[in-house]
Amino acid sequence: MDLHDIRAMFTVIMFVMFIGIVFWAWSNKRRNAFTEAANLPLNEPEQPRVDNDKEASQ
Amino acid sequence: MENQNSYNYKIVRQFAVMTVVWGIVGMLVGVIIAAQLVWPALNFDVSWLSYGRLRPLHTNAVIFAFGGSALFATSYYAVQRTCHVRLFSDGLASFTFWGWNLIIVLAAITLPLGLTSGKEYAELEWPIDLLIAVVWVSYAVVFFGTILKRKVKHIYVANWFFGAFIITVAVLHIVNSAALPVSMFKSYSVYAGTIDAMVQWWYGHNAVGFFLTAGFLGIMYYFIPKQAERPIYSYRLSVVHFWALISTYMWAGPHHLQFTALPDWAQSLGMVFSLILIAPSWGGMINGIMTLSGAWHKLRSDPILKFLIVSLSFYGMSTFEGPMMSIKTVNALSHYTDWTIGHVHSGALGWVGLVSIGAIYFLIPKVFNREGMYSTKLIDTHFWVATIGIVLYIVAMWIAGVMQGLMWRAVNDDGTLTYSFVEALENMYPYYIVRLLGGALYLSGMFIMAYNVWKTVAGSKPADAPIPAAA
Repeated sequence: MDLHDIRAMFTVIMFVMFIGIVFWAWSNKRRNAFTEAANLPLNEPEQPRVDNDKEASQ
Repeated sequence: MENQNSYNYKIVRQFAVMTVVWGIVGMLVGVIIAAQLVWPALNFDVSWLSYGRLRPLHTNAVIFAFGGSALFATSYYAVQRTCHVRLFSDGLASFTFWGWNLIIVLAAITLPLGLTSGKEYAELEWPIDLLIAVVWVSYAVVFFGTILKRKVKHIYVANWFFGAFIITVAVLHIVNSAALPVSMFKSYSVYAGTIDAMVQWWYGHNAVGFFLTAGFLGIMYYFIPKQAERPIYSYRLSVVHFWALISTYMWAGPHHLQFTALPDWAQSLGMVFSLILIAPSWGGMINGIMTLSGAWHKLRSDPILKFLIVSLSFYGMSTFEGPMMSIKTVNALSHYTDWTIGHVHSGALGWVGLVSIGAIYFLIPKVFNREGMYSTKLIDTHFWVATIGIVLYIVAMWIAGVMQGLMWRAVNDDGTLTYSFVEALENMYPYYIVRLLGGALYLSGMFIMAYNVWKTVAGSKPADAPIPAAA
Protein backbone atom coordinates (compact mmCIF):
# COMPACT_ATOMS: atom_id res chain seq x y z
CA MET A 1 0.00 0.00 0.00
CA ASP A 2 1.63 3.24 -1.06
CA LEU A 3 1.00 6.82 -0.05
CA HIS A 4 -1.64 7.32 -2.75
CA ASP A 5 -3.79 4.51 -1.37
CA ILE A 6 -3.63 6.07 2.07
CA ARG A 7 -4.63 9.45 0.61
CA ALA A 8 -7.56 7.91 -1.25
CA MET A 9 -8.67 6.06 1.88
CA PHE A 10 -8.45 9.28 3.89
CA THR A 11 -10.79 11.00 1.41
CA VAL A 12 -13.28 8.11 1.64
CA ILE A 13 -13.09 8.11 5.45
CA MET A 14 -13.74 11.86 5.58
CA PHE A 15 -16.72 11.49 3.27
CA VAL A 16 -18.21 8.66 5.32
CA MET A 17 -17.69 10.70 8.49
CA PHE A 18 -19.51 13.62 6.91
CA ILE A 19 -22.48 11.39 6.01
CA GLY A 20 -22.37 10.17 9.61
CA ILE A 21 -22.56 13.76 10.88
CA VAL A 22 -25.61 14.43 8.67
CA PHE A 23 -27.44 11.37 10.04
CA TRP A 24 -26.43 12.27 13.60
CA ALA A 25 -27.63 15.83 13.19
CA TRP A 26 -31.04 14.75 11.92
CA SER A 27 -31.53 11.83 14.32
CA ASN A 28 -34.60 12.11 16.56
CA LYS A 29 -32.45 11.56 19.62
CA ARG A 30 -30.82 14.95 19.12
CA ARG A 31 -34.05 16.89 18.61
CA ASN A 32 -34.51 18.22 22.15
CA ALA A 33 -30.83 18.91 22.71
CA PHE A 34 -30.63 20.97 19.52
CA THR A 35 -33.80 22.91 20.31
CA GLU A 36 -32.25 23.77 23.66
CA ALA A 37 -28.95 24.70 22.01
CA ALA A 38 -30.68 26.94 19.48
CA ASN A 39 -32.25 28.90 22.34
CA LEU A 40 -28.95 29.32 24.18
CA PRO A 41 -28.32 32.94 23.14
CA LEU A 42 -31.95 33.90 23.82
CA ASN A 43 -32.49 32.28 27.22
CA GLU A 44 -30.52 34.72 29.28
CA PRO A 45 -31.73 37.62 31.31
CA GLU A 46 -30.77 40.91 29.77
CA GLN A 47 -28.46 43.00 31.86
CA PRO A 48 -30.29 45.11 34.40
CA ARG A 49 -29.64 48.54 32.98
CA VAL A 50 -28.88 51.34 35.36
CA ASP A 51 -30.01 54.33 33.40
CA ASN A 52 -27.04 56.53 33.79
CA ASP A 53 -28.49 59.67 32.19
CA LYS A 54 -30.99 60.27 34.95
CA GLU A 55 -28.59 59.33 37.71
CA ALA A 56 -25.86 61.47 36.31
CA SER A 57 -28.03 64.58 36.22
CA GLN A 58 -29.18 64.14 39.79
CA MET B 1 -14.12 45.52 37.56
CA GLU B 2 -11.93 42.38 37.71
CA ASN B 3 -14.83 40.40 38.95
CA GLN B 4 -15.63 36.79 38.11
CA ASN B 5 -19.35 37.52 38.51
CA SER B 6 -19.49 39.88 35.54
CA TYR B 7 -18.63 39.79 31.84
CA ASN B 8 -15.58 41.63 30.54
CA TYR B 9 -17.18 44.38 28.45
CA LYS B 10 -14.18 46.70 28.43
CA ILE B 11 -12.39 44.67 25.76
CA VAL B 12 -15.59 44.57 23.68
CA ARG B 13 -15.97 48.35 23.95
CA GLN B 14 -12.37 48.90 22.87
CA PHE B 15 -12.57 46.68 19.79
CA ALA B 16 -16.09 47.87 18.86
CA VAL B 17 -15.01 51.52 18.78
CA MET B 18 -11.81 50.69 16.89
CA THR B 19 -13.89 48.83 14.28
CA VAL B 20 -15.49 52.15 13.34
CA VAL B 21 -12.18 54.06 13.44
CA TRP B 22 -10.25 51.54 11.32
CA GLY B 23 -13.23 51.15 9.00
CA ILE B 24 -13.04 54.85 8.17
CA VAL B 25 -9.24 54.76 7.73
CA GLY B 26 -9.23 51.65 5.52
CA MET B 27 -12.15 52.77 3.36
CA LEU B 28 -10.70 56.28 3.02
CA VAL B 29 -7.49 54.78 1.60
CA GLY B 30 -9.70 52.71 -0.72
CA VAL B 31 -11.46 55.84 -1.97
CA ILE B 32 -8.10 57.57 -2.52
CA ILE B 33 -6.72 54.73 -4.65
CA ALA B 34 -10.00 54.49 -6.57
CA ALA B 35 -9.54 58.19 -7.36
CA GLN B 36 -5.92 57.56 -8.39
CA LEU B 37 -7.14 55.03 -10.97
CA VAL B 38 -9.26 57.78 -12.51
CA TRP B 39 -6.71 60.60 -12.07
CA PRO B 40 -3.21 59.05 -11.78
CA ALA B 41 -1.74 62.48 -10.95
CA LEU B 42 -3.26 62.14 -7.48
CA ASN B 43 -0.15 60.31 -6.27
CA PHE B 44 1.60 63.74 -6.49
CA ASP B 45 4.79 61.93 -7.53
CA VAL B 46 5.37 60.99 -3.89
CA SER B 47 6.44 57.35 -3.62
CA TRP B 48 4.63 56.93 -0.28
CA LEU B 49 1.36 57.85 -1.95
CA SER B 50 1.80 55.68 -5.02
CA TYR B 51 -0.93 53.19 -5.87
CA GLY B 52 1.31 50.14 -5.45
CA ARG B 53 2.05 51.06 -1.84
CA LEU B 54 -1.39 52.34 -0.81
CA ARG B 55 -3.29 49.38 -2.24
CA PRO B 56 -1.86 46.83 0.27
CA LEU B 57 -2.46 49.42 3.00
CA HIS B 58 -6.14 49.55 1.95
CA THR B 59 -6.54 45.74 1.88
CA ASN B 60 -4.72 45.23 5.18
CA ALA B 61 -6.66 48.02 6.87
CA VAL B 62 -10.12 46.90 5.80
CA ILE B 63 -9.55 43.16 6.27
CA PHE B 64 -7.38 42.99 9.37
CA ALA B 65 -7.98 46.34 11.09
CA PHE B 66 -11.72 46.86 10.39
CA GLY B 67 -12.76 43.21 9.93
CA GLY B 68 -10.33 41.98 12.58
CA SER B 69 -11.54 44.44 15.22
CA ALA B 70 -15.15 43.51 14.46
CA LEU B 71 -14.29 39.82 14.90
CA PHE B 72 -12.44 40.40 18.19
CA ALA B 73 -15.31 42.50 19.57
CA THR B 74 -18.09 40.11 18.54
CA SER B 75 -16.28 36.88 19.44
CA TYR B 76 -15.28 38.15 22.90
CA TYR B 77 -18.88 39.24 23.52
CA ALA B 78 -20.58 36.11 22.15
CA VAL B 79 -18.24 33.59 23.77
CA GLN B 80 -18.77 35.09 27.24
CA ARG B 81 -22.53 35.35 26.92
CA THR B 82 -23.02 31.84 25.51
CA CYS B 83 -20.61 30.24 28.01
CA HIS B 84 -21.88 32.26 31.03
CA VAL B 85 -18.35 33.02 32.21
CA ARG B 86 -15.99 35.97 32.15
CA LEU B 87 -13.11 35.83 29.63
CA PHE B 88 -10.32 33.42 30.56
CA SER B 89 -7.84 36.23 31.18
CA ASP B 90 -8.48 39.98 31.25
CA GLY B 91 -4.76 40.72 31.00
CA LEU B 92 -4.20 38.54 27.95
CA ALA B 93 -7.36 39.92 26.31
CA SER B 94 -6.03 43.42 26.86
CA PHE B 95 -2.72 42.32 25.33
CA THR B 96 -4.57 41.19 22.16
CA PHE B 97 -6.14 44.64 21.89
CA TRP B 98 -2.93 46.65 22.24
CA GLY B 99 -0.89 44.10 20.26
CA TRP B 100 -3.36 44.03 17.38
CA ASN B 101 -3.52 47.82 17.20
CA LEU B 102 0.27 48.10 17.32
CA ILE B 103 0.44 45.70 14.35
CA ILE B 104 -2.01 47.89 12.44
CA VAL B 105 0.02 51.02 13.16
CA LEU B 106 3.22 49.24 12.09
CA ALA B 107 1.49 48.17 8.86
CA ALA B 108 0.40 51.75 8.23
CA ILE B 109 4.03 52.88 8.56
CA THR B 110 5.91 50.10 6.74
CA LEU B 111 3.62 49.59 3.73
CA PRO B 112 3.80 53.19 2.44
CA LEU B 113 7.58 53.02 2.96
CA GLY B 114 7.61 50.14 0.51
CA LEU B 115 8.63 47.50 3.05
CA THR B 116 6.78 44.42 1.84
CA SER B 117 7.25 40.71 1.35
CA GLY B 118 5.06 40.99 -1.73
CA LYS B 119 2.59 38.25 -0.79
CA GLU B 120 -0.99 39.42 -1.27
CA TYR B 121 -2.84 39.95 2.06
CA ALA B 122 0.40 38.83 3.80
CA GLU B 123 2.64 41.74 2.80
CA LEU B 124 3.96 42.60 6.26
CA GLU B 125 7.64 41.90 6.89
CA TRP B 126 8.92 39.23 9.23
CA PRO B 127 9.25 41.16 12.54
CA ILE B 128 5.57 42.16 12.27
CA ASP B 129 4.66 38.60 11.22
CA LEU B 130 6.21 37.31 14.44
CA LEU B 131 4.19 39.81 16.47
CA ILE B 132 1.00 38.72 14.66
CA ALA B 133 1.74 35.09 15.56
CA VAL B 134 2.18 35.97 19.27
CA VAL B 135 -1.00 38.09 19.40
CA TRP B 136 -3.00 35.48 17.53
CA VAL B 137 -1.92 32.64 19.81
CA SER B 138 -2.89 34.84 22.81
CA TYR B 139 -6.30 35.34 21.19
CA ALA B 140 -6.64 31.56 20.86
CA VAL B 141 -5.69 31.09 24.53
CA VAL B 142 -8.26 33.67 25.68
CA PHE B 143 -11.00 32.25 23.44
CA PHE B 144 -10.48 28.54 24.07
CA GLY B 145 -9.65 29.18 27.75
CA THR B 146 -13.10 30.78 28.03
CA ILE B 147 -14.72 27.82 26.26
CA LEU B 148 -12.94 25.41 28.65
CA LYS B 149 -14.23 27.12 31.81
CA ARG B 150 -17.78 27.52 30.48
CA LYS B 151 -20.77 26.97 32.78
CA VAL B 152 -23.01 25.76 29.96
CA LYS B 153 -22.64 22.19 28.71
CA HIS B 154 -23.19 22.83 25.02
CA ILE B 155 -20.79 24.89 22.91
CA TYR B 156 -23.05 27.17 20.85
CA VAL B 157 -22.58 26.98 17.05
CA ALA B 158 -21.28 30.57 16.76
CA ASN B 159 -18.34 29.56 18.96
CA TRP B 160 -17.55 26.64 16.64
CA PHE B 161 -17.25 29.07 13.74
CA PHE B 162 -15.19 31.57 15.77
CA GLY B 163 -12.99 28.70 16.99
CA ALA B 164 -12.39 27.32 13.48
CA PHE B 165 -11.54 30.84 12.30
CA ILE B 166 -9.00 31.35 15.10
CA ILE B 167 -7.25 27.98 14.68
CA THR B 168 -7.15 28.09 10.89
CA VAL B 169 -5.86 31.65 10.66
CA ALA B 170 -3.04 30.70 13.07
CA VAL B 171 -2.04 27.76 10.86
CA LEU B 172 -2.37 29.75 7.61
CA HIS B 173 -0.39 32.72 8.88
CA ILE B 174 2.46 30.69 10.35
CA VAL B 175 2.88 28.41 7.31
CA ASN B 176 2.56 31.11 4.64
CA SER B 177 4.76 33.62 6.45
CA ALA B 178 7.67 31.20 6.88
CA ALA B 179 10.57 33.25 5.52
CA LEU B 180 14.34 33.65 5.68
CA PRO B 181 15.22 37.12 6.95
CA VAL B 182 18.18 38.76 5.22
CA SER B 183 17.94 42.02 7.18
CA MET B 184 15.66 43.70 9.68
CA PHE B 185 13.25 44.76 6.94
CA LYS B 186 13.71 42.18 4.20
CA SER B 187 12.99 38.47 4.01
CA TYR B 188 12.41 35.84 1.34
CA SER B 189 9.79 33.10 1.37
CA VAL B 190 11.12 29.64 2.26
CA TYR B 191 9.10 28.25 -0.65
CA ALA B 192 10.19 28.58 -4.26
CA GLY B 193 8.42 29.23 -7.56
CA THR B 194 5.13 27.46 -8.19
CA ILE B 195 5.08 25.95 -4.70
CA ASP B 196 5.33 29.44 -3.24
CA ALA B 197 2.39 30.51 -5.43
CA MET B 198 0.34 27.51 -4.30
CA VAL B 199 1.13 28.08 -0.61
CA GLN B 200 0.31 31.78 -1.04
CA TRP B 201 -3.14 31.05 -2.51
CA TRP B 202 -3.82 28.22 -0.10
CA TYR B 203 -3.30 31.00 2.47
CA GLY B 204 -5.04 33.68 0.41
CA HIS B 205 -8.23 31.81 -0.31
CA ASN B 206 -8.50 30.39 3.19
CA ALA B 207 -8.03 33.89 4.52
CA VAL B 208 -11.25 34.57 2.59
CA GLY B 209 -12.76 31.27 3.76
CA PHE B 210 -11.90 31.44 7.42
CA PHE B 211 -11.11 35.07 8.27
CA LEU B 212 -13.75 36.67 6.03
CA THR B 213 -16.30 33.84 6.10
CA ALA B 214 -16.16 31.47 9.10
CA GLY B 215 -15.55 34.32 11.56
CA PHE B 216 -18.40 36.41 10.16
CA LEU B 217 -20.68 33.34 10.10
CA GLY B 218 -20.00 33.21 13.84
CA ILE B 219 -21.38 36.77 13.95
CA MET B 220 -24.39 35.67 11.90
CA TYR B 221 -25.20 32.72 14.19
CA TYR B 222 -25.14 34.84 17.34
CA PHE B 223 -26.30 38.31 16.32
CA ILE B 224 -29.14 37.48 13.90
CA PRO B 225 -30.99 35.35 16.48
CA LYS B 226 -30.36 38.05 19.11
CA GLN B 227 -31.56 40.94 16.98
CA ALA B 228 -34.51 38.99 15.55
CA GLU B 229 -35.31 37.56 19.01
CA ARG B 230 -35.83 34.14 17.45
CA PRO B 231 -33.67 31.02 17.50
CA ILE B 232 -31.74 30.11 14.36
CA TYR B 233 -33.98 28.54 11.66
CA SER B 234 -32.38 25.07 11.89
CA TYR B 235 -29.75 24.16 14.43
CA ARG B 236 -29.24 20.82 12.64
CA LEU B 237 -28.46 22.61 9.42
CA SER B 238 -25.96 24.79 11.29
CA VAL B 239 -24.06 21.69 12.46
CA VAL B 240 -23.87 20.27 8.94
CA HIS B 241 -23.09 23.76 7.60
CA PHE B 242 -20.06 23.98 9.90
CA TRP B 243 -18.50 20.63 8.99
CA ALA B 244 -19.24 20.99 5.28
CA LEU B 245 -17.78 24.49 5.10
CA ILE B 246 -14.56 23.80 6.98
CA SER B 247 -13.86 20.57 5.13
CA THR B 248 -14.30 21.96 1.61
CA TYR B 249 -12.70 25.43 1.78
CA MET B 250 -9.14 24.12 2.11
CA TRP B 251 -8.73 23.09 -1.53
CA ALA B 252 -10.38 26.01 -3.32
CA GLY B 253 -7.19 28.13 -3.41
CA PRO B 254 -5.82 26.92 -6.77
CA HIS B 255 -8.67 28.74 -8.58
CA HIS B 256 -6.57 31.89 -8.12
CA LEU B 257 -3.94 30.28 -10.35
CA GLN B 258 -5.97 29.07 -13.35
CA PHE B 259 -3.91 28.96 -16.58
CA THR B 260 -0.61 29.42 -14.74
CA ALA B 261 2.36 27.08 -14.20
CA LEU B 262 0.38 25.26 -11.51
CA PRO B 263 -0.17 21.57 -12.48
CA ASP B 264 -3.41 21.13 -14.41
CA TRP B 265 -4.86 18.63 -11.92
CA ALA B 266 -4.47 21.18 -9.11
CA GLN B 267 -6.27 23.83 -11.19
CA SER B 268 -9.16 21.45 -11.90
CA LEU B 269 -9.30 20.38 -8.26
CA GLY B 270 -9.51 24.03 -7.20
CA MET B 271 -12.40 24.54 -9.61
CA VAL B 272 -14.30 21.43 -8.42
CA PHE B 273 -13.94 22.28 -4.74
CA SER B 274 -15.05 25.85 -5.44
CA LEU B 275 -18.20 24.51 -7.10
CA ILE B 276 -18.90 22.16 -4.18
CA LEU B 277 -18.65 25.18 -1.88
CA ILE B 278 -21.96 26.54 -3.20
CA ALA B 279 -23.74 23.93 -1.07
CA PRO B 280 -22.48 24.88 2.41
CA SER B 281 -22.42 28.59 1.53
CA TRP B 282 -26.05 28.65 0.45
CA GLY B 283 -27.06 26.29 3.27
CA GLY B 284 -25.69 28.80 5.74
CA MET B 285 -27.21 31.78 3.98
CA ILE B 286 -30.66 30.15 3.91
CA ASN B 287 -30.33 29.23 7.58
CA GLY B 288 -29.63 32.86 8.48
CA ILE B 289 -32.32 34.43 6.31
CA MET B 290 -35.01 31.87 7.22
CA THR B 291 -34.50 32.74 10.89
CA LEU B 292 -36.81 35.63 10.06
CA SER B 293 -39.45 33.25 8.70
CA GLY B 294 -42.79 34.31 10.18
CA ALA B 295 -41.37 37.64 11.33
CA TRP B 296 -40.52 39.35 8.06
CA HIS B 297 -42.28 42.51 9.21
CA LYS B 298 -39.35 43.16 11.55
CA LEU B 299 -37.28 44.05 8.49
CA ARG B 300 -39.49 47.07 7.85
CA SER B 301 -38.92 48.71 11.21
CA ASP B 302 -35.49 47.47 12.31
CA PRO B 303 -32.53 48.86 10.33
CA ILE B 304 -30.01 46.74 12.31
CA LEU B 305 -31.81 43.65 11.10
CA LYS B 306 -31.73 45.09 7.57
CA PHE B 307 -27.93 45.28 7.77
CA LEU B 308 -27.70 41.69 9.01
CA ILE B 309 -30.15 40.15 6.54
CA VAL B 310 -29.08 42.10 3.44
CA SER B 311 -25.48 41.11 4.23
CA LEU B 312 -26.63 37.52 3.73
CA SER B 313 -28.13 38.33 0.32
CA PHE B 314 -24.74 39.70 -0.72
CA TYR B 315 -23.10 36.60 0.78
CA GLY B 316 -25.37 34.42 -1.34
CA MET B 317 -24.66 36.49 -4.44
CA SER B 318 -20.89 36.44 -4.07
CA THR B 319 -20.74 32.74 -3.11
CA PHE B 320 -22.63 31.95 -6.31
CA GLU B 321 -20.50 34.26 -8.41
CA GLY B 322 -17.20 32.96 -6.99
CA PRO B 323 -17.68 29.30 -7.99
CA MET B 324 -18.87 30.45 -11.45
CA MET B 325 -15.68 32.47 -11.88
CA SER B 326 -13.56 29.48 -10.86
CA ILE B 327 -14.85 27.48 -13.85
CA LYS B 328 -11.95 27.52 -16.27
CA THR B 329 -13.88 28.76 -19.31
CA VAL B 330 -15.39 31.65 -17.31
CA ASN B 331 -12.04 32.31 -15.66
CA ALA B 332 -10.45 32.66 -19.10
CA LEU B 333 -12.61 35.76 -19.50
CA SER B 334 -12.68 37.08 -15.93
CA HIS B 335 -9.11 36.54 -14.75
CA TYR B 336 -7.02 39.72 -14.24
CA THR B 337 -10.04 41.93 -15.04
CA ASP B 338 -12.04 44.27 -12.80
CA TRP B 339 -14.75 41.61 -12.59
CA THR B 340 -12.60 40.05 -9.86
CA ILE B 341 -12.48 43.39 -8.03
CA GLY B 342 -16.29 43.63 -8.30
CA HIS B 343 -16.67 40.09 -6.94
CA VAL B 344 -14.37 40.75 -3.99
CA HIS B 345 -16.20 43.95 -3.09
CA SER B 346 -19.66 42.39 -3.27
CA GLY B 347 -18.32 40.00 -0.63
CA ALA B 348 -16.32 42.57 1.31
CA LEU B 349 -18.66 45.60 1.29
CA GLY B 350 -21.87 43.56 1.06
CA TRP B 351 -21.31 40.58 3.30
CA VAL B 352 -18.40 41.31 5.65
CA GLY B 353 -19.03 45.07 5.89
CA LEU B 354 -22.80 45.02 6.41
CA VAL B 355 -22.81 42.11 8.88
CA SER B 356 -20.03 43.77 10.93
CA ILE B 357 -21.77 47.15 10.93
CA GLY B 358 -25.06 45.51 11.99
CA ALA B 359 -23.36 43.62 14.81
CA ILE B 360 -21.54 46.74 16.03
CA TYR B 361 -24.82 48.72 16.08
CA PHE B 362 -26.20 45.91 18.24
CA LEU B 363 -23.16 45.83 20.52
CA ILE B 364 -22.47 49.52 21.18
CA PRO B 365 -25.59 50.26 23.27
CA LYS B 366 -25.24 46.93 25.12
CA VAL B 367 -21.65 47.44 26.23
CA PHE B 368 -21.99 51.17 26.86
CA ASN B 369 -25.04 50.65 29.05
CA ARG B 370 -27.53 52.48 26.82
CA GLU B 371 -31.11 51.71 25.85
CA GLY B 372 -30.29 51.79 22.16
CA MET B 373 -28.28 53.73 19.57
CA TYR B 374 -28.62 57.54 19.68
CA SER B 375 -30.57 57.60 16.41
CA THR B 376 -32.37 54.72 14.70
CA LYS B 377 -33.14 57.02 11.78
CA LEU B 378 -29.42 57.51 11.15
CA ILE B 379 -28.87 53.73 11.15
CA ASP B 380 -31.50 53.52 8.42
CA THR B 381 -29.82 56.33 6.46
CA HIS B 382 -26.49 54.54 6.82
CA PHE B 383 -28.08 51.34 5.50
CA TRP B 384 -29.40 52.97 2.33
CA VAL B 385 -26.25 55.01 1.63
CA ALA B 386 -24.11 51.88 2.03
CA THR B 387 -26.38 49.66 -0.07
CA ILE B 388 -26.58 52.14 -2.94
CA GLY B 389 -22.78 52.50 -2.75
CA ILE B 390 -22.27 48.74 -3.02
CA VAL B 391 -24.63 48.40 -5.98
CA LEU B 392 -22.92 51.24 -7.87
CA TYR B 393 -19.51 49.73 -7.11
CA ILE B 394 -20.21 46.16 -8.19
CA VAL B 395 -22.26 47.00 -11.26
CA ALA B 396 -19.52 49.34 -12.51
CA MET B 397 -16.90 46.64 -11.99
CA TRP B 398 -18.97 43.94 -13.69
CA ILE B 399 -19.36 46.04 -16.81
CA ALA B 400 -15.73 47.18 -16.77
CA GLY B 401 -14.46 43.63 -16.16
CA VAL B 402 -16.44 41.91 -18.87
CA MET B 403 -15.56 44.69 -21.31
CA GLN B 404 -11.86 44.32 -20.50
CA GLY B 405 -12.01 40.55 -20.88
CA LEU B 406 -13.71 40.80 -24.25
CA MET B 407 -11.42 43.55 -25.58
CA TRP B 408 -8.21 41.85 -24.43
CA ARG B 409 -8.99 38.61 -26.18
CA ALA B 410 -10.53 39.98 -29.40
CA VAL B 411 -8.40 39.02 -32.40
CA ASN B 412 -8.49 40.01 -36.08
CA ASP B 413 -8.66 37.50 -38.93
CA ASP B 414 -4.90 37.60 -39.30
CA GLY B 415 -4.40 36.72 -35.62
CA THR B 416 -3.32 40.15 -34.40
CA LEU B 417 -4.99 41.76 -31.36
CA THR B 418 -7.97 43.96 -32.23
CA TYR B 419 -7.38 46.41 -29.37
CA SER B 420 -4.25 47.71 -27.73
CA PHE B 421 -4.17 47.69 -23.91
CA VAL B 422 -4.53 51.46 -23.79
CA GLU B 423 -7.70 51.33 -25.86
CA ALA B 424 -9.29 49.01 -23.29
CA LEU B 425 -8.04 51.24 -20.46
CA GLU B 426 -9.51 54.35 -22.07
CA ASN B 427 -12.94 52.73 -22.03
CA MET B 428 -12.70 52.19 -18.28
CA TYR B 429 -12.95 55.88 -17.29
CA PRO B 430 -16.74 56.14 -16.79
CA TYR B 431 -16.85 52.92 -14.78
CA TYR B 432 -13.91 53.93 -12.60
CA ILE B 433 -15.73 57.17 -11.81
CA VAL B 434 -18.91 55.26 -10.86
CA ARG B 435 -16.78 52.94 -8.69
CA LEU B 436 -15.26 55.95 -6.96
CA LEU B 437 -18.74 57.33 -6.34
CA GLY B 438 -19.92 53.98 -4.92
CA GLY B 439 -16.90 53.75 -2.62
CA ALA B 440 -17.33 57.35 -1.47
CA LEU B 441 -20.98 56.65 -0.60
CA TYR B 442 -19.99 53.59 1.43
CA LEU B 443 -17.35 55.66 3.26
CA SER B 444 -19.82 58.46 3.98
CA GLY B 445 -22.06 55.84 5.59
CA MET B 446 -19.20 55.10 7.98
CA PHE B 447 -19.03 58.78 8.94
CA ILE B 448 -22.76 58.69 9.73
CA MET B 449 -22.05 55.66 11.89
CA ALA B 450 -19.16 57.37 13.65
CA TYR B 451 -21.41 60.34 14.54
CA ASN B 452 -24.15 58.02 15.81
CA VAL B 453 -21.66 55.99 17.86
CA TRP B 454 -20.13 59.17 19.29
CA LYS B 455 -23.52 60.50 20.40
CA THR B 456 -24.36 57.11 21.96
CA VAL B 457 -21.05 56.69 23.77
CA ALA B 458 -20.49 60.28 24.96
CA GLY B 459 -21.44 60.68 28.60
CA SER B 460 -22.38 57.01 29.05
CA LYS B 461 -21.49 55.19 32.23
CA PRO B 462 -20.53 51.74 31.00
CA ALA B 463 -20.58 48.83 33.42
CA ASP B 464 -19.79 45.14 33.12
CA ALA B 465 -23.01 43.12 33.01
CA PRO B 466 -23.44 40.52 35.77
CA ILE B 467 -23.31 36.84 34.83
CA PRO B 468 -26.65 35.11 35.50
CA ALA B 469 -26.55 32.57 38.32
CA ALA B 470 -26.43 28.94 37.21
CA ALA B 471 -29.91 27.60 36.59
